[in-house]
Formats: sequence, C-alpha cells, structure tokens
Amino acid sequence: MADEALFLLLHNEMVAGLYRAAEQGEGENGRCTTKLESMGFRVGQGLIERFTKDTARFKDELDIMKFICKDFWTTVFKKQIDNLRTNHQGIYVLQDNKFRLLTQISAGKQYLEHAPKYLAFTCGLIRGGLWNLGIKSIVTAEVSSMPACKFQVMIQKM
Amino acid sequence: MSRPPGRKETHKISRELFVLTYGALVAQLCKDYEKDEDVNTCLDRMGYGIGIRLIDDFLARSAVKRCRSYSETADMIAQVAFKMYLGVTPTVSCNSAAGNEFSLILDKNPLVEFVEELPAERASLCYCNLLCGVIRGALEMVRLAAEVTFLQDKLKGDAVTEIGITFLRKAEDRKHKR
Repeated sequence: MADEALFLLLHNEMVAGLYRAAEQGEGENGRCTTKLESMGFRVGQGLIERFTKDTARFKDELDIMKFICKDFWTTVFKKQIDNLRTNHQGIYVLQDNKFRLLTQISAGKQYLEHAPKYLAFTCGLIRGGLWNLGIKSIVTAEVSSMPACKFQVMIQKM
Repeated sequence: MSRPPGRKETHKISRELFVLTYGALVAQLCKDYEKDEDVNTCLDRMGYGIGIRLIDDFLARSAVKRCRSYSETADMIAQVAFKMYLGVTPTVSCNSAAGNEFSLILDKNPLVEFVEELPAERASLCYCNLLCGVIRGALEMVRLAAEVTFLQDKLKGDAVTEIGITFLRKAEDRKHKR
C-alpha cells in the first residue's frame, strides 16, 4: 500500500530535519531524541484510541502487550513482532527481526551509530499507546545488527 | 470478542498514522520556531526532500507513460498521485492562457482531518506546506521546474483549499529543435 512509503519518507525527513537544525543551532543531540520520542508519544496516544475503539476490554497487561505485538504492529509496520519475552514482573522485550524503519539503512553493522535516531519515534509510539491504555512505562530500544532490533518496555507501577 | 481490523480499516489507520505524525511534526516545529515563515520554509524543505524520493515510488507503482504536456502532468498529479497517496482527487483547472499555470482544488484535505482551526498567534501558518514541497521536488526529478504555493486555504477561512502550480520554462526547451 502506498501509505507506507509516505510515512517512511516523512519519518526519515523528520529525523534528518531535526538533526540538521540541531547542528546549526545548539548542537545538542540528546534533545533531538527527546523531541522525536515526544512526537511519537503524541501519535501513539491518538493512534491507539482510534484503533481500539471497537475492540473488547483487555484482560491484563500481557493481553495488552500481545495486542501491541500483533494487531498494532501489523497495522503500523505491516508485520508482527517476531518475539515477545517477559519476566512476568513488568519487563517485556519485543524483538523485531526486520524492522521496517531500518531495512533501508543497512543490513548489518554499517551505520549502527545512527540507528538509535530512527528508533526514538517508535519508542514514543509504544509508550504513548500504552499510556492511553492505562499503562505507564519506559521504552528503550537497542540494535546490535540491522535491521533487527529490540524494544524493552519497563512497566512503572502508578 | 475483539476482532482484528479488516483491510479497509487497516488502510484507514495507516493513513491516520501519517496524518497524526504530520500533526505532531507541525506542532514540534511551532514550538521550535517563533515565526510562521520559518515553519513554512522548514515544511517546504522537508516536503522537497520527500518529493525527490517519492517520485521514484510513484513511477514504480503507477508505471505511467510520459506526460506530453503541462496539462497532462497536472492531471496526473491530481488523478493518480493524490489518489494513490492521500486517497483524494482534487479538481484541476488551468489558470493562464499560456497553459503553464494550474490549480488543484481540494474539497477534502486528509492532512487536516484532525485540525479544527489554526491558533490565533499562528495566523499565517501554511499547515499543509509539506505538500507544496513534495510536488515541487517530485517535478524537479522529472526535469520540470515549477513553483508551487497555496493560493487558498480552508484553515485560513477560504472556501476551498487551492494549490497553484506554475511550470517554469526550461532554458533548453528551444535548443535542440531538429
């Protein structure tokens, strides 16, 4: 579907634009990641509301995480999360072996230092989605070899 | 029982993802830049960056034949490209006798689906300026120089949203006549 291309290009432009502005202005890279994450947060909040309008109530936390891994990920990234691990004490690791926002960048370790820029938005997206489902969390991402990446979700007790 | 979203809904939510992301982007730019012109310029530049890459995707998906005139190009943008990416078909009208100025009139603009009105202090913000950059960038990659601006904007109180495309004559047009 043509929409993927639009979102992919917009996302890449956003990352490039923000970092370009930071270079010319303050030169603080950390704030760019925060900005991207907060944008993802807003989008995640809105998106999850539109999405779960008609779905039934979730039974528990694990149910919500499975929803994120299957339906949510499929709609946003056209595939499911490949592996979900949890310690049943509030920490979940979502593994995507072919993350769509990274496939065009490299297939291996080249440009690894730039990968986190492209994951910030998605971390915010997950955090925003969970927030509006009543779960407060911290989401981080790590990449060891593109395009596979892992998102770690730490549930905060409210 | 929760049912997984059907194909049409998935399609709709994909588009909403784009619209919501665009809204978050504009909001962030408004925070970063005080002047409306700076935000507009930034959106236009980003749009340009998207347009120069989107044209490849468009040509690959649509496999259209070469356009023989400016008016065919404008029709192509409105009827094929807009339909493919935004799901709407603007109407095309020619504005000049020379045949190089066109308007795309949008009744329904999907990018502003969730926007009610512009805030008072942002009266001259061109919310959809990204579209201008996209069209300009895409045309440039097929070697057509054009100026693209918003002539009317529903968010600013006009009746419709109108995008004006002015094709600029290339210097080498008349060189190689055999």
